[in-house]
Order: sequence, then C-alpha cells, then structure tokens
Amino acid sequence: MTGQAEACGVDAHLLQTGDELVVNIGPSHPSTHGVCRVIVHLDGEIVTHAEPVIGHLHRGIEKMAENRTYLQVVPLTDRLDYVGSMYANWAYCRAVERLAGIRVPERAEYIRVVMCELQRIASHMMSIGSTGADTGATSAFIYAFNQREQVVDLFEAVCGARLTYNYVRPGGVSFDLPDGWIEQCRAFTRSHPSAMVEIDKLLFGNVIARQRLKGIGVLPAEEAIARGVTGPAARGSGVDWDLRRDDSYSVYPRVDFEIPLGENGDAYDRGRVRLWECVESCRIIDQALAQIEEGPIKAEGLPRLLAPRPGEAYDHIESARGSLGVYLVSDGSVRPYRMHVRSPAFQNLSVLGYLAEGHTLSDLVVILGSLDPVFGEVDR
Amino acid sequence: MALVDDLGRALERTPGGGIILTSLDAVMDWSRGHSLWSMPMGTACCAMELIAASFARFDFDRHGTIPRADPRHADVMVVAGTITRKMAPAVKRLYEQMPDPKWVIAMGNCAVSGGIFYYDTYSVVRGVDEFLPVDVYIAGCPPRPESLQDAVLRLREKIRAESIAPGRSRPAKLVLPSPTDPRAGGVATADDGSGEG
Amino acid sequence: MRIEELREHLCSVYPDLCPLFSVEFGDGTLTVPADRLFSAAQDMRDLGFDLLGMLTAVDRGETFELVYRVRSREMSAAIFLKTEVPRDEPRIPSLVPLWPAADWQEREVYDMFGIVFEGHPDLRRILLPDDWEGYPLRKDYADERIIRRPDYI
Repeated sequence: MTGQAEACGVDAHLLQTGDELVVNIGPSHPSTHGVCRVIVHLDGEIVTHAEPVIGHLHRGIEKMAENRTYLQVVPLTDRLDYVGSMYANWAYCRAVERLAGIRVPERAEYIRVVMCELQRIASHMMSIGSTGADTGATSAFIYAFNQREQVVDLFEAVCGARLTYNYVRPGGVSFDLPDGWIEQCRAFTRSHPSAMVEIDKLLFGNVIARQRLKGIGVLPAEEAIARGVTGPAARGSGVDWDLRRDDSYSVYPRVDFEIPLGENGDAYDRGRVRLWECVESCRIIDQALAQIEEGPIKAEGLPRLLAPRPGEAYDHIESARGSLGVYLVSDGSVRPYRMHVRSPAFQNLSVLGYLAEGHTLSDLVVILGSLDPVFGEVDR
Repeated sequence: MALVDDLGRALERTPGGGIILTSLDAVMDWSRGHSLWSMPMGTACCAMELIAASFARFDFDRHGTIPRADPRHADVMVVAGTITRKMAPAVKRLYEQMPDPKWVIAMGNCAVSGGIFYYDTYSVVRGVDEFLPVDVYIAGCPPRPESLQDAVLRLREKIRAESIAPGRSRPAKLVLPSPTDPRAGGVATADDGSGEG
Repeated sequence: MRIEELREHLCSVYPDLCPLFSVEFGDGTLTVPADRLFSAAQDMRDLGFDLLGMLTAVDRGETFELVYRVRSREMSAAIFLKTEVPRDEPRIPSLVPLWPAADWQEREVYDMFGIVFEGHPDLRRILLPDDWEGYPLRKDYADERIIRRPDYI
C-alpha cells in the first residue's frame, strides 16, 4: 500500500500516528505543475484523503468563444493546453471542418501530423523532465528541456512562435514549410531517439528515481477506463487505446507505428510510456516527411467568415495527454453557439485522490506529476 | 529593514552623512540588483518561457537571478500568466510574504492587462497591477525568454536609482533604444558600416 | 462499426430504444426523455459502451440540452445520448454510478449551468469559487465585470 515506505524497507505503521492532520498544498507550489491546490488529509506521513481543488486558471474560454468568429477562436485554443498548443488547434479545427464540411488538402494533413508528433515530443519532454525534477533528478530535466528547445526551434521556423502557434487553421495550416525545414526536422528525428535512450538511462535507470517511481500510484486498467483516463496515463496501465489507431484520423492510417504500453500502471510505467512514444513519434514524422507531396496547404474557396449550417459536431484527436475533443454547436451565425472542450488533463487529474490514498505525502507529488496535468486545459 | 531605514534616516540628518549615504546606497543597490532571486509566480503559458529562461540555453542564473519557489527567499516576483479572481488572493498573499525590499515583474500580456482574456470573460483579473505594485512590464503572448532577461536588466537600472534614505530615491533613467523606421531607410545593414552605437 | 450496424445491433437488443435512435450529422444519437436517461444509459453501458467521453450541456433557451458521448472500445463506435431538462427546474439523475468518469464533468456542468445531478456523491462548484453567484455559461448570465468585445465585423 505505501509504495515508497515499503520500497525503502520501512514499516508503514511507523509512519502513522493515528491523528489527522490537514495540509494545504498550492495553489502556487513548484511541484503542482501549475496552479493546483491539493487539500491533503494525513495520518502521520500517510495520505488518507487528497482532494484537488482546481479552477485557479479558469478563464472562461468556452464563454469567450461564443463572442468570437470561428477563426478568432483558434488563438484561444492555443491557450488551453499551453504545453501542446497544436493539439487544441487541431481538435478545434477538425470540429469546425466537420461542421462546415471543409475538405483539407493532403499536404496540410501531413503537415498537421508532423507538427502534432513534434508537439508530442515537446510535451512529453516537459513531463519527463518534471518527473525528474519531482524525484530530485534535476539533470534529467535539463537534458529533456534541451530536446524540447530543439522542437521549439522547428516550430519557430515554421510559424514564428515558440509556444502559442495559432498554426492549424480551419481548412489547412497558416504557413507552408520554409526552405530547408524538412532537412532540419530530419536531423532532429535522427538524433532524438538516442537522446531518449540517454534520458532513459539517466532517469529511469537511476536507482533513486526507480525507488521513487516504481509501485507508486498504481492505476488498474479497469479503473482507468471507468474513470475516463486516457492517453499515456491509461496506456501505462496497459489500456490499449489510442485514437490515432483506434479511431484513426487524418493520414495516420498511412503510417506505421506502435503504441507503447505499460504493465503495472504505476508512475514508472506512465513515464516510460511517454518516453517510448517520443521514439515512435520520430518514426511517424520520418514516414510522413517521406510521403509528403507538393500541393496547396489551405482548402480552396473558403469564405473569409465561416458560417456553418446549424448543427453540431464533435471531433477528437489523441493529444499528449489523451483524447482531446471539441464539441461545437452552430446556430448558423458566424460565431459558435457553444464550444465545449473535452479535456483529457481534467479527466486524468480526477483520479488523483484515488491514486494518492495510502501513499506518503512525498509520493503525492510524484503521482500528480505522472498524470501530467496542464492547468490551462484542466481549468479552461 | 527597520535597521537599514533608521541608518538611512540618521545619515541624512548627520552633517556630511550624505557622502556615506551615497556610497552606502551604491553598495546596497549594486548587491541588490545583482542577486535578484526571483519568485516564479507562473500560472499559465508564460510559465513555460519562465522555465525555459532559467535552463541551459538562456541561462538566467548568470544574471544572479535564481528562481526560488519560496516567497521568503525571493526579491522579485515574476508574475507569468493569467491571474484569475480565484487565484488573485493567493498571489497577493505570496507577495505580502516576501521580505522588503521587493519588486514585481509582470510578464506577458495577461499579467500586464489581461491580454487576450480582456474581453468577454468573467473570471480574469485585468492585469496584476490591479492589486500589486508592478515595477517592470513585459509585453508579449508569451514574451520570449530574452525579454525576461531584458526586464531584469531594466529592473537593475531602477534599483540603481534607489536610496535607503526615504525620499532620496529618484526615478530611474531608462535609455530606451529608439526604433528605426524601415520606411525612412534607417535600417543599418551589415555592409554599409553606418550602424549606430 | 458503421452506424447502420450499430442501429441494428441496438434495435435487436433493446427494441424499446430503437425509435429514439437517429443519425444526426453522421453520428448516432439517442434522444431520450429526462426520466428515461438513467435506464437508457444503463442499457448503453451494458451493450458495451464502457467509456464516457464527454458530458456537457447546451443552453437552448427554454430548456437545457444535456449531451453525453459514450464510446465502446470493443465495437469501435461512439454514440451521443441527449436529453432535455426544463430551465426553471433543471434536475437530472447522475450517471456517476454507471461511469465514475462523470464525477467531475457533472460538477463542471453544475458549476457552469446550475443543473442539479441527483445522486451525485459530491455536487459542488469545481472551477469557480464556492461563493460565486450565477452560472456563467447560461446565455442570460449577467455580470457587470464582463467587458463586451466591440463588434468589428
């Protein structure tokens, strides 16, 4: 039950006092990965009840979208999952395209896939790095961030922004790939897998990190499904579910890739699933860059102001955190009547209380980090 | 702080104390300005650039600006990201926990004015200066890490004009680079050698 | 699984739900009255829809429309479950007993629309502070702190 205590050979009863102590963590705490507040009930060192309090970054994006045109909502979606802006861009644009019946040119689809896989690497580097920081292995964070900076350079070359790209637009993408970009990207995908092996040794091979991560926050597969956990957090538990393959979209059917799965569902497996997903992402990028052909990057004949027919559409993609869906309701005007974001980070975070129960307080930080929440997306 | 304040006041009253005071000020301002430990109040997107700034490529630490998550160790609070009504009391409280002298950098459009979340939203505070005294504003959504470094250098100039004696602090003289108008042909190119200093 | 197959499968197992099934914008949709929501949802879960993907509400003026999207991994199919509750008395049974995934999402809908989920284990505001007045995503939500964006277009 008490993973870390057992791993260190400490009898869990020695950590319990029988008195209840309530500790408040956050909303500004370096280990909460954003503005999350956790109210923890402790019995000695053991967490008896943990309740995340969210909403400290709730900006009302869903309400704002109701007074923006369809194109003006795209920059708002950037700010949802700010570690992986491309995903929310794409999920939103897919919903708009479905609603308005827009056909996206093939080149744009390939570019989107390449961008989103790069984004997966950038996002997972942040997550793996902060796992290192949580467990005291700060050097792993610096190595991981180095990789992330290389991806950010690629994004900057394409759209000029380091973080909030506003790149995927309804009907295509905003800019074509600049000259020499493909070679730059290939150079990155050549070097990245070896960097992943290095980080694997540095972090997941480190005996201290292993003790901090193994057996911590075990999420059984059936619980993951029942509680709506998706993405690497569920795949770490062995849930073989990935929208890229199981509800395939865009040009994913044309590329060959594998979906890494964990076995034990602990923080260690969740972290390693992320690591090997990055290697698979490199494979996807290489194949997509080999298949990409010249052509238009935006759908022809799109009106300046989109006014889709009245109706509703839902579309989802596999983001770095799980299935990210956007539900759009149109009343026929130039503005969405309602936009709702099905946020994977929100769902994944909801299991924190379940996972933390029975662990020590120091494990809570590791568990929270292994769920990889981004509070822009949790709170919206 | 009380001791330093008393010293400043006493020196101001003493005949000839001004010389000691200005020398003392120079030492104090130099030491304060060159070890600005920052409290990273990162809430949203800008926090990513805040992290990037302190890592290998941009290496914030070389300016003496070391991120300290504990408000009691920090000199400057970098508010990076959107502040909502639910978050604002926590930010205010953390600011109050910081020891004097303290400064605030508002990083990014959200912390400056609400930015993209200015209109139509019910939960966002339009700028951190609604409840904190901001020393340096950085525009951008998000600003690049270089902008943050520039803000720290600007803050250092501001600190250099401060005095421990109340009333002797002067407004900082900021030498802002004058923008060149490309239409006027004022853009210096590498080969014409007429680049302005 | 294609929608026609899904419809056939659904009709063969639960004939009483068959007339409520329709295809809207390419998605299978089951529109049920509010008092039948829980049993219909239970039937869907027993049919193999094990993932509650999305749960949200739409302000339709006189009523609130509740939208559930459930997904079956086995059948590789998804279905919308829709129901309407009156605006003056928005109450609906909670689906937490069927899918624990509904827990936080129902709290969010309560927070944003004021729809009460009966039987929810812990129905409180989740995103906004506890003392917040009003339900922001209702179309008639008024708040003097909101500055309307000028109409440029």
